[in-house]
This record gives sequence, C-alpha cells and structure tokens, in this order.
Amino acid sequence: MTPTENRFTGRNARADAAFRWATVIAGLIVLVVLGAIAITTITHSWPAFRSMGIDFFTSSRWAPNDKFFGAKAFIYGSLMVSAIALTLAVPVSIGIALFTTQVVPARLRRPIIYLVDLLAVVPSVVFGLWGVLVFSKHVTGFYGFLHDTLGHLPVVGSLFGTSSTGRNLATAGIILAIMITPIITSLAREVIDTCPQADREGAYALGATRWEMVRGVVLPHAKGGLVGAVMLGLGRAMGETIAVALVIGSTPNISANLFASGDALPARIANEFGEAEGQYRAALIGLAVTLFAMTIIVNLAATAVVTRSTAKTEGTR
Amino acid sequence: MTITDELAPLAPPDHRLQLEDLVAKHGRRAVVNAAMTALMALSVVAILIPLAAVLYTLVSKGASVLSVDFFTKDIPIVSRAKGPGMGPAIVGTVLITTVAAVMAVPVGILAAVYLTEYSAGSRFGRTVRFLATVMTGVPSVVMGLFVYVLYTLRYGQNAFGGSLALAFLMLPIIIRSTEEMLKLVPTNLREASAALGARQSRAIVGVVLPAALPGVVSGCLLAIARAAGETAPILFVVGASNTVNTNLFHHVNTALSAQIFTNANSPFVGPQQRAWGAALTLVMLAFAITLIARVITARFALKK
Repeated sequence: MTPTENRFTGRNARADAAFRWATVIAGLIVLVVLGAIAITTITHSWPAFRSMGIDFFTSSRWAPNDKFFGAKAFIYGSLMVSAIALTLAVPVSIGIALFTTQVVPARLRRPIIYLVDLLAVVPSVVFGLWGVLVFSKHVTGFYGFLHDTLGHLPVVGSLFGTSSTGRNLATAGIILAIMITPIITSLAREVIDTCPQADREGAYALGATRWEMVRGVVLPHAKGGLVGAVMLGLGRAMGETIAVALVIGSTPNISANLFASGDALPARIANEFGEAEGQYRAALIGLAVTLFAMTIIVNLAATAVVTRSTAKTEGTR
Repeated sequence: MTITDELAPLAPPDHRLQLEDLVAKHGRRAVVNAAMTALMALSVVAILIPLAAVLYTLVSKGASVLSVDFFTKDIPIVSRAKGPGMGPAIVGTVLITTVAAVMAVPVGILAAVYLTEYSAGSRFGRTVRFLATVMTGVPSVVMGLFVYVLYTLRYGQNAFGGSLALAFLMLPIIIRSTEEMLKLVPTNLREASAALGARQSRAIVGVVLPAALPGVVSGCLLAIARAAGETAPILFVVGASNTVNTNLFHHVNTALSAQIFTNANSPFVGPQQRAWGAALTLVMLAFAITLIARVITARFALKK
C-alpha cells in the first residue's frame, strides 16, 4: 500500500489533501505563465505582424519613423554572433571538459571547475561593461592584423574586412563565447563522466595512448550529449541580451565582414524599448516573439538530442 | 624523394627539424598524444585569461570608487557629474531580488515536490517537467516584455514588476535543482515514515525536505545570484530612479545592473566610474551568495 492510500477522515486528512493540491497548483503556475507569455506577447505584437506581413522577416529596413519594420538584419546578426560564439566556445569547452575528466588528478579537478564556473556567476551586464570600455578598445589592433593576413584570401577573406570601431559582430561573438563556455563545459563534463571506466581501461589495455582512448572511446560515447550541450549553449547565446547590446554596434546591417557593426534581436529590443510607443512597440514585441520562437526550437531540439543519447548510454528509465 | 623533402622549403626549417626529432625519438603516437594533451591544457588557459582580465579590471577600476558615500548617497541627477552615489541601486537590487525570491522559492519547491513525490509519471507531471525545461530557455528580455505587457501597462513602472520578472526567471531553475535534490533522498526514508503511520504530507515536510534541505537551499541561492544580475527586465518594468525608493508598488525604482548598463553607454568619466563601482559591488554580491551556496553543498548536501 502506498502512503497516498493510507487515508482516514479528519483534520489531518484534509491537511494532507490541501498540501497535495498546493503542489499541483505550483506546477500549474509553470504551465499558466508559459502559456501567458506566448499569448500576451503574440497578441501585443500582432498589429506589427499584420501590417508588415512577411516583410517583417524578409526586409532588413528598420525605420520606426516610417512605421516600417523589417527584422532580417537582426535575425542575421543574432545567428552570426551565435555562430562566432559557438566556433570559439565549443572546442575550448570540450577541451576543458576532457582536461578536467581525463587528464588532471582528482585533487586539481575541483579548483579548475570552480574557476570556470565562476565565469557563469559574473552577470552579463558586467561582461558588457568590460567589453565596451576595455576589450573593444584593445582588440582593434588584432582585428587589423587578421584583416592584413587573412583579408586577401578568396572566399574566407570577405569575413575579415576592415574594422572601424571595436564594437562589432566579432567582439559580440567573443564576449558571448566567454559567457557560454562555462555552460557548455559543465554539460560536456557530465556526459563525458558517464563513459564507463571499463571501456576506457579496455582501450588502455589494448595499448592506446590517452588521446587514442579519448578519440576511440570517450568522444563516440559522449557524441549525442555533446551535441545537446552545444545546442543548449546556442540557445543561451541567442537569447543573451545586455552584453551583446553594449558591444555589437547597434547598426541594422547585413555584411559578411565580422568586423562590421551589426545588431541582434534582443539587443535591439533592449536599446529601443524605452522610447517605443504604439506600432513601434508592437514591432519590438514582434522581435521578442521571433527570438522566443528561435530559442524554443533550439532548446527543444537540444533536449530531444540529450534525452535520446542518455537513453542510448544509460538505458531508458 | 619523400613528401617531407618536397615540403621542406615551405616549412620553417627550425620547426621541421624539431618535429622530426621528436617523432624520431618518441614515435608519432606519443607526439600526437602530447600535442592533444597540451591543447586541452591550453583551452583551460584560454578561458582563465578572460576571467582574470575581467576580474582584474573590475578590481583595479572599481575598488577606488567604493566608499561609504558610494554605498549610501543618491545617484547624481546630472548623469555626467563625477562622484559617488549608488545607494538607490543597491537598495533596489536587494529589494527587487528578495521579493522575487520570496515569491519564487516556495512555488518552485512545491512544484518540485509535486514532480518527485506525487506525479509518478502522470501526463500532467511530465508536461510540467517539460515546460519547466522550456521555461529555463526563455530569454530574460522576453520575460521583461511579458511582464511589461502583463503588469507595467496597467500598474506603471515599479519595483514589484521587476520582482515578478525575476521570480519567473528563477522559478524553472529552482524547480529543476530542487527536483534533482529530492531525487537523491533515499526511498527508505519515505517508506520508513509511511511505516510509522505518517501521512504523505507529513513525511514530505518532516522527513524528505529536511533531508534534502542543504541542497535545496544551495540551488535556490544560485538561482538568486543569477537573478540579481539580470538587466533587461529591470530596464523595461522598473524604470530609473535617482533616489532611494523602498515602496514596492509605487513609483519607479532602479537596480545595480540597470545602472551599469546606462552608465556603460556614457562617454563621460564620472558615470563610467560609477558603472565600475556598481559592477564590482554586484559581482561581490553574486560571488558571496555563490560562495555560501558552495559551502553548504560541500558541507551538508546529499551526494550522488
């Protein structure tokens, strides 16, 4: 007999039921809030979607004075900075995860993990402040160097154009990379840790070096989970607002040049929402709806990938 | 002629010699292994450099700004003026975050109790768990606009709107971490208390939650530390104030994060200094909360 069936009438039984209902209501709140987010933001952005139609997504012209709102440049900027951030953060995160789980002795493991996790505690706005007042001013020389050395290459060269200020897509991408590395690292560490000790020892017994063991045993085992970790990092990168708003340059601009100013969905909202009214406000809420949809798709895909890979490596529960 | 000889003129001579020597002496596999291990170590260095750079700048630019006046005085009305004052923002951050925690922590813990103790694989339970995951991914700027539309349009900008937004951001994190902790409580404890005739609610409040308490507290503290630094919702729903406002429901307020954001955009020295001071204060606050959470986890929490 489970405890729930153990019911007698009386005051205590009513208290028991009341407590149970309290927990159900708490769970219901999650459902209600999420539903309310979807409904209210969509209704309030509807005027903008209705008047702009498909142009909202396909035009890159953003002219609040003419009541013309095209979000393409912001969608492009969001995807671009996220791509830069992932390119930098993924190898580093997996490197850290492998280093802490496979290389260093247990004694050194904790301190390294604590230090990396410390980055996750620093608020986004502080990274933004550092990015705009310090990093973006010192990094222009490095961008110039990249332009001089890689700028003349065919195809890839167009990525490395000239840079005027340090506030551009690349800076935003680098700051984002710093911010998402702790998240990807800790998720990657968790999946790598599930790799069975026997498999690893088997590889060593066959004479593999550590790297051969990692490549042959650990990485194949953790592949699904790593993909999920990277996608959760992507979801975080796309939604990140304040740091990007400070360093991206705030220009609705579609250019392959990483060193050109751009703008991203959340950054535009943060920078302009204070002064917006009527149709303009509706358009900014429309940007939020677009962003919400993008992050939900990425996060759901990530969760699906992670669930499937845990099911494969640990068995379904 | 071997391939290496053909490539010789392309590679810098020194480099080629060293690599060949190493390969000849230790074997290719050992060299690859050492190189990959070095890359892994390098990635740790690569992330510690920005961490050190950010913390160094914060302390070197922020420490000299901090003073009793900085913590207590009002924010200058002329924003480009030099000199202290972040008092209202400190009060605002503490007020908004505390109220948010008061709302989110009980609801989050109850929802987690439902998921682990009552739902038992029911469809509603699975839906709630799934939506909590989805809610973790809602960007803070979207949450800010949501509260703006839901609350601020009706009641105006005030501290409570900010608390609502932060509470919604904390809620899914608290649910997830509490659920993890409750799962670690051994089933024996639940069965033992049922065997003694305790009702389920009694067992949860008297046995399960106390056993998981340190981990639950630690998870809540981490969520609070995260929320204290949120900026976007504050900008929209709390507004900006230069003076201390302790009234939750009346008139605009401010917070450290919002002050950092506004002042970071300023070209003047005075506001930039205040931004560094505010940033150092905020980071110290977040680190202190996190440290407490870590100590609790290390000393008292249930381990896997």
